Amino acid sequence: MIPRFLLIGAIVAVLAAAPWWADRGTIRLLVEALTLLALAQLWNLLAGYAGLISVGQQAFVGLGGYLLFSLAMFAGVPVLWALPLVGMLCALIALPVGALAFRLTGPYFAIGTWVIAEVFRLGFAQVGSLGGGSGISLPVGLVREIADGRGAREALIYWLALGLAVGVTLSVWAALRARTGLMLGAVRDDAEAAAALGVRVLRVKFGVYVAVAGATGLVGALAFLQRLRITPEAAFSVTDWSVVVIFVVVIGGIGALEGPILGVVLFFALREVLSDLGSWYLVILGITSIAVMLVEPKGLWGLLTRHREVRLFPISAPLPRSLR
Amino acid sequence: MTLLQIRDLYAGYGDFEALHGVDLQMARGSVTALVGANGAGKTTLLRAITGLVPTKDQNIWFDGAPVGGWPAHRIARAGVAMAPEGRRLFPSLTVAENLDLGLATGRRGPWTLDRVNALFPILAEKAAMPATRLSGGQQQMVAIGRALMGNPKLLLLDEVSLGLAPTVVADIYAALPSIVSEGATVLLVEQDVGLALRNADRVAVMRDGRVVLEDVADPSRRDAVAQAYFPAAEEAA
Amino acid sequence: MDWINAIVQGALLGGLYALFAAGLSLMFGVMRFVNLAHGDFIVLAAFGALALVETTGFFPFWTLIALVPMFALGGYLLQRSVFNRITGQDLLPAILVTFGLSVILQNVMLEAFSADSRRIPAGALDTAALALPGGIGVGIVSLLMFLAAVVSLGSLDLFMSHTRSGRLLRATSDDQEIVGLMGANRAHLFALATAIAGALIALAGVLMAVKTNFDASAGPVRLLFAFEAVIIGGLGSLWGTLLGGILLGVAQAVGAQIDPGFQILAGHLVFLLVLALRPEGLMPRKA
Repeated sequence: MIPRFLLIGAIVAVLAAAPWWADRGTIRLLVEALTLLALAQLWNLLAGYAGLISVGQQAFVGLGGYLLFSLAMFAGVPVLWALPLVGMLCALIALPVGALAFRLTGPYFAIGTWVIAEVFRLGFAQVGSLGGGSGISLPVGLVREIADGRGAREALIYWLALGLAVGVTLSVWAALRARTGLMLGAVRDDAEAAAALGVRVLRVKFGVYVAVAGATGLVGALAFLQRLRITPEAAFSVTDWSVVVIFVVVIGGIGALEGPILGVVLFFALREVLSDLGSWYLVILGITSIAVMLVEPKGLWGLLTRHREVRLFPISAPLPRSLR
Repeated sequence: MTLLQIRDLYAGYGDFEALHGVDLQMARGSVTALVGANGAGKTTLLRAITGLVPTKDQNIWFDGAPVGGWPAHRIARAGVAMAPEGRRLFPSLTVAENLDLGLATGRRGPWTLDRVNALFPILAEKAAMPATRLSGGQQQMVAIGRALMGNPKLLLLDEVSLGLAPTVVADIYAALPSIVSEGATVLLVEQDVGLALRNADRVAVMRDGRVVLEDVADPSRRDAVAQAYFPAAEEAA
Repeated sequence: MDWINAIVQGALLGGLYALFAAGLSLMFGVMRFVNLAHGDFIVLAAFGALALVETTGFFPFWTLIALVPMFALGGYLLQRSVFNRITGQDLLPAILVTFGLSVILQNVMLEAFSADSRRIPAGALDTAALALPGGIGVGIVSLLMFLAAVVSLGSLDLFMSHTRSGRLLRATSDDQEIVGLMGANRAHLFALATAIAGALIALAGVLMAVKTNFDASAGPVRLLFAFEAVIIGGLGSLWGTLLGGILLGVAQAVGAQIDPGFQILAGHLVFLLVLALRPEGLMPRKA
């Protein structure tokens, strides 16, 4: 137990000191990586444990971004205070949205979440005060309010991203360690049996959906805070917020918290190597994901731990049946 | 002539092993009743014979061919048919359509739609009705008819009396002699031991995934059968 | 008058949407399997038709002769080699593999055909229209499209109700396990369903290529339309799917009349409305 925490603590400490040892470009890259990690852990919880496979999480990413800009620009909420508020609002909005989506099951649920994301995208593109289809930038005045000077601002956003990534990972871990984790695994594997045991199946799943939506919104808000500009295309991009996230989780290793971490590292390495190939890099990602699902469904982490049970984040929740 | 030969069969569902070394043999043209307490493995045995439960590398011989590990559709084409537990009729199909599907095995023989309708006249009457809208007894007739349409060499009947009124059960069992006279060998699972002993030639008792007694089916054997249902006092200790 | 015209156009377009949906609905019914790359295959067929027309100069609808069998065979092989391995209890592999396939197809098509929006001109047929009383003009292409949908759905209906294979497919959608007892090879039946879906996809793709503009990334939106038509119409009902397609088309047309940018959103909103008020759809199968 102790050496593991030391290792993780050391890595986090090094990362926390990044504003001092990393250049501007690296900081931006790290923020991107950290937001991707947070989203991946959340999707992993949703799909791998609650059995809710969503290809529409971009709905909440974009919603979070737009809510942040709206609160800051129209409601005068200080940007940093707006962040947690956005998380809560997204969770709130997830209540009716989820109620609709939950009328569908399985693969139709997945497509349903996609439709909802599209509704958000098309809807926000109609809102003139938010720039319509061309999007909007955060006013300079508000940007200046975040911190003194660009360096400080970027460091602050970086630390928020780091805190968010670590916080999400630890929260997901806590959830999966506890009874919730066992409950989720049971629900996902055999909803009927779980219900017979008294588990409020629907409630549990819905609760996870709403919580993940709120957290996803928060991540989205931070992502667009960093960019200082939001457009419907970017906010609700399937490629940026679903395709990449899903590939990261699948290739890194679904069902284990270590998977998304590995997946993010691998993704950025791959992107560097394949950066000249244009859209071929997505093709390669796609082929790799399919290969992984067919050959080693537990992903890279599963491959590495095939013969040795290694756990950075030990959890009690069981893996999905297809992965056992 | 042995139609079905099973030696030391182990089978089950995933991690759960339900059959622990079953031995069974059936002569051509015989009617064997398979009895035993709930959970003894009777239905699992039938599912193993038909290929619904995996039996890779297991010793099951049907009509001279080693069918262990064969997919269900291949075993069906070889001449094994079943009226499954719970009937399992296709709700989207009518009675006639359910029966017609029995022909999908591609096997020809005495059992045609007319012959089946002659055996169970009610089926001709309700031919165009969605199969699951019939009464329990009538659905059972459809299930048996559907199995017969495949002109099987071996017919498996899984708990045909379940949930049915005695008169209905009597009607169904009254059809048994016709089925046998046309050449089918029958293995039937039956909860009611009296019914089993009256309608079968041989009886096999299952307990804890094994066949523990196999004998001539005769009401005089009733006590021996009842005893075989449960472990004897010495064995339990 | 514009409104009535719009509604008629929308209803006819609904035929195309029903064709998008039919394959999806069939596969889900028989195998509980949804191919998230469904729309992308439709676009692939469209590009196939485009390529054939550009190299041979044939009239677009002749491409069906090559494409329908090709996509049917392709569907059969794809199901038996890849999809049969992921059809089953667990959702995750099916959704993830087909999602990956969708991304691959889109990007390969992007590299091969560029991001340009394309359409196959059909010569005189493009502008030919039937003048109906009341000043309503009905495009011949639109009409053909709708007729193709009706004929296809009707043929599929006949196939499902009057042939043994069709009955076996219906039985498989009821109870996969017991179908094996009937001597029917499940792997083959699944592949048959996908082959039929492939044929419908090819037809839909060619019609779409003539009727509308499309580009390499048009797949996902087609998937959404297909899905919406299925849900609005009701699961498990072929004619329900046609109704769903028509309603979707009309909703989009009305939306476009209100504001051109509102077209697709209007369709989505009607879908959500149906999902909220009548989740089982308008003509669900009463099984």
